[in-house]
Amino acid sequence: MKVLSHGADWDFELLERYDAAIGEVAGEYGLDTYPNQIEIITSEQMLDAYATGGLPVGYPHWSYGKEFIRNEQAYRRGMQGLAYEIVINSNPCIAYLMEENTMATQALVIAHACYGHNSFFKNNHVFQQWTAADAILDYLVFARRYVMKCEERHGPEAVEEVLDAAHALMSHGVDRYRRPAPLTLKAETARLAEREAHRERHFNDLWRTVPEAAAESAPASQARFPADPQENILYFVEKFSPRLEPWQRELVRIVRKLAQYFYPQAQTKVMNEGWATFWHYTILNRLHEKGLVDDGFMLEFLKSHTNVVCQPSFDSGAYGGLNPYALGFAMFTDIRRICERPDAEDREWFPELAGSDWRRSLDFAMRNFKDESFIAQYLSPRLIREFRLFAVADHRSEETLRVDSIHDDHGYRRVRRLLARQHAQELRVPDVQIVHYDRDGDRSLTVRHVRRRGRPLSDAATEVVAHLRRLWGLAVRLETWEDDVPVGDDVVCPA
Amino acid sequence: MPHLIDRRPNGRGKSAVNRERFLRRYKAQVQDAVKKMIGERRITDMERGGEVRVPKKDIAEPSFGFGRGGDREFVLPGNREFVTGDRIPRPDGGSARGNGNEGGNGDGEDEFVFSLSREEFMEIFFDDLELPNLLRTEFGRSERKKSVRAGFTKTGTPANLSVVRTLTQSLARRIALSAGLGREGEALECEFAVATAVGQADRAALLYAEIERLERRRRTLPYLEEVDLRYRNRAWRPEPIARAAMFCLMDVSASMDEDKKDLAKRFFTLLYLFLTRKYGEVDLIFIRHTDDAEEVDEDTFFHDTRTGGTVVLSALELAETIRAERYARGWNVYAAQASDGDAFGADPARSARFLRERLLPAARYYTYLELADPQSPEHVSSLWAEYERVAEATGNFAMRRATRREQIYPVFRGLFRKETQ
Repeated sequence: MKVLSHGADWDFELLERYDAAIGEVAGEYGLDTYPNQIEIITSEQMLDAYATGGLPVGYPHWSYGKEFIRNEQAYRRGMQGLAYEIVINSNPCIAYLMEENTMATQALVIAHACYGHNSFFKNNHVFQQWTAADAILDYLVFARRYVMKCEERHGPEAVEEVLDAAHALMSHGVDRYRRPAPLTLKAETARLAEREAHRERHFNDLWRTVPEAAAESAPASQARFPADPQENILYFVEKFSPRLEPWQRELVRIVRKLAQYFYPQAQTKVMNEGWATFWHYTILNRLHEKGLVDDGFMLEFLKSHTNVVCQPSFDSGAYGGLNPYALGFAMFTDIRRICERPDAEDREWFPELAGSDWRRSLDFAMRNFKDESFIAQYLSPRLIREFRLFAVADHRSEETLRVDSIHDDHGYRRVRRLLARQHAQELRVPDVQIVHYDRDGDRSLTVRHVRRRGRPLSDAATEVVAHLRRLWGLAVRLETWEDDVPVGDDVVCPA
Repeated sequence: MPHLIDRRPNGRGKSAVNRERFLRRYKAQVQDAVKKMIGERRITDMERGGEVRVPKKDIAEPSFGFGRGGDREFVLPGNREFVTGDRIPRPDGGSARGNGNEGGNGDGEDEFVFSLSREEFMEIFFDDLELPNLLRTEFGRSERKKSVRAGFTKTGTPANLSVVRTLTQSLARRIALSAGLGREGEALECEFAVATAVGQADRAALLYAEIERLERRRRTLPYLEEVDLRYRNRAWRPEPIARAAMFCLMDVSASMDEDKKDLAKRFFTLLYLFLTRKYGEVDLIFIRHTDDAEEVDEDTFFHDTRTGGTVVLSALELAETIRAERYARGWNVYAAQASDGDAFGADPARSARFLRERLLPAARYYTYLELADPQSPEHVSSLWAEYERVAEATGNFAMRRATRREQIYPVFRGLFRKETQ
């Protein structure tokens, strides 16, 4: 076959030819994707996109401005390069490519984002369960319009106050056990219009003049409310806050929906990036095999690729946590190796994988796991050795840190379990739930932090409670329990 | 087939609104930073943008996270020498954080640093400042005119077509023309029904033809006609403009040492930037004086060095002469004077009298900045004492003292603060 192009320059026609070639190879490997929409943007536009977490449309808020300034500053000083691409979990799947990229980089990005991430978005069960790729763009448009309308009506400061407070509780605005109904712009707008119309229809100024009943002696229902602790604090606030105006409730809802949208991404970072990296590596190598790209292309590609999957060790200056690209790529590559060329150790650890069809096994792994379970299931002793992973225990009863386990026969399983737990979303975010709403009393709200293994909340908790108080409108109390007994450390925010 | 879209022409600046929100929210900090910068800067750099530092904790977005303490394990890569059971001393400051609580943005600085563009810098610089008592009464020469909306016309260019107006006209015309046809038609329908009922076939046919004709007319009513078209109209209206003249009087006598001159120049630099940026129609007159005064251009004023004795009156007289010659009528006159106040003999008293009797009645606002000696900041100069009595007697005279660089900006702001109702 003929080489597609030489040199670093690209144009639209070349992009299309590369995309066609990459798509064909992806088809050979059986990748199932949403249709692609590739957009070329400038580095400035990339900075814009960064600020809103990659979303193409966002409502105005100062925190995005802060993000933007931070990234811009770092970029201008050369402290930070820009990502080559941003990809959005939507249908069609939108990928942003920067115009500064060379042809090789564009090809890498197309393979990585438009086929790797895209197929992951479409097929991974977490994404399938939690997000509606068809509706997200519409919803973002709705959110932006709504926020701006509120700003017009109620002033930017009032809107900002609600958004600030809701943002502080974003990590606790996620339904983890129920799939949310899909959102669409039309349905949302219609729902609101209907609510508004209903209110207007039933508005009667006379009610204002009716004297208020003095201290109604309602039969105090003794039942505790809510009956069970509620983990979705934002949802509870939206539904039951005694003081919020309807538009404020709607703002809380918007933030909650965004939190929900981002929830799967946080849970599948390693898998998602690993999958995309594995596929750009595999696909571009295949292009080279077919003679479609030249050696210069491959050298440049390998250089970028090596940078992406580099894992500095913990004591080097460059260390910034485990690199999800490196770990994910190594794991998917390792699964393929176990399928194709298993050794004795692999047969012992992964009897069901050894010798199986690698494409089917990989596909299964991609579809049915999230980071936590993926690591628990597939991290092999060989990788633990290669990464030289070791676990350190930090216990308050001990003077020093203790090396808990390393890459040896005794340690493999424990290191793997600890690493998996480290990726469990439930353990990354403190367990704070609403336990009581004093409906018949002072209408105060009680939230409980269930402490595990003595790990306290950070100091910011006081501010978060103050934000919650702002949303709730009446007194809020944060209590801390461990092993079913209160342990003090209450934070009270009075009415 | 993939969609390839070139978004580059869409333009950047999507985050501009968010950036502006951020600046507004931390306005106090940004203003503080600007204040500090102005004290530190060289005069020639006054107009650049600048770097602002905001403490990170002030702009943190709180959320529930884990603090230090409790029991936990974390996995790290790159083990070289450790075996199970090894003890490692706890690092201070938590630099070897493992997982989870990577607080904030990860880079361990305490301050959030960002730059202001020149525009933003100047905006904050002159925020809330204004020339006091400025009157917009002068209709001046007629060169300044403003285009204003003036209703609608029946002729115009397509670009000015008012769609809503045009369609309103069209709708009105169609209603007016078709209503009559409709009524007539209905009457004919009745007659037609009667005619057919009683069997007058000829008449029915006639009526039917007539109904047809009306129906055709109604159908052929044009949706838009020339007469419907309405265009937005604009007219030119003369604009009242406010013209102002600012006299800058600087003492460059020998008693003004380099530090004081620097202070004075700083003050006038601020004034100069303020006026040239905010008011298009301001004439600036630069006067410097030793024992006699001369009018100079801005370059000489700011950069030339000259020394000699002190006669304040000379500068005031020169200012008055120029005012009477060039700005006698139709101008808002302002003056700012900077001096160390070291005047001798009869000069202070005569200057004060001249100021009160001749300059002040003709001026909107007069400011005096005294550059006191840093060693004895409380020492009152003879000029200050005389001027103080002027200030008591008149309403458009303000005076301030400054001894250090960083006082200049606050003093400047104090003199030109926007009056709030």
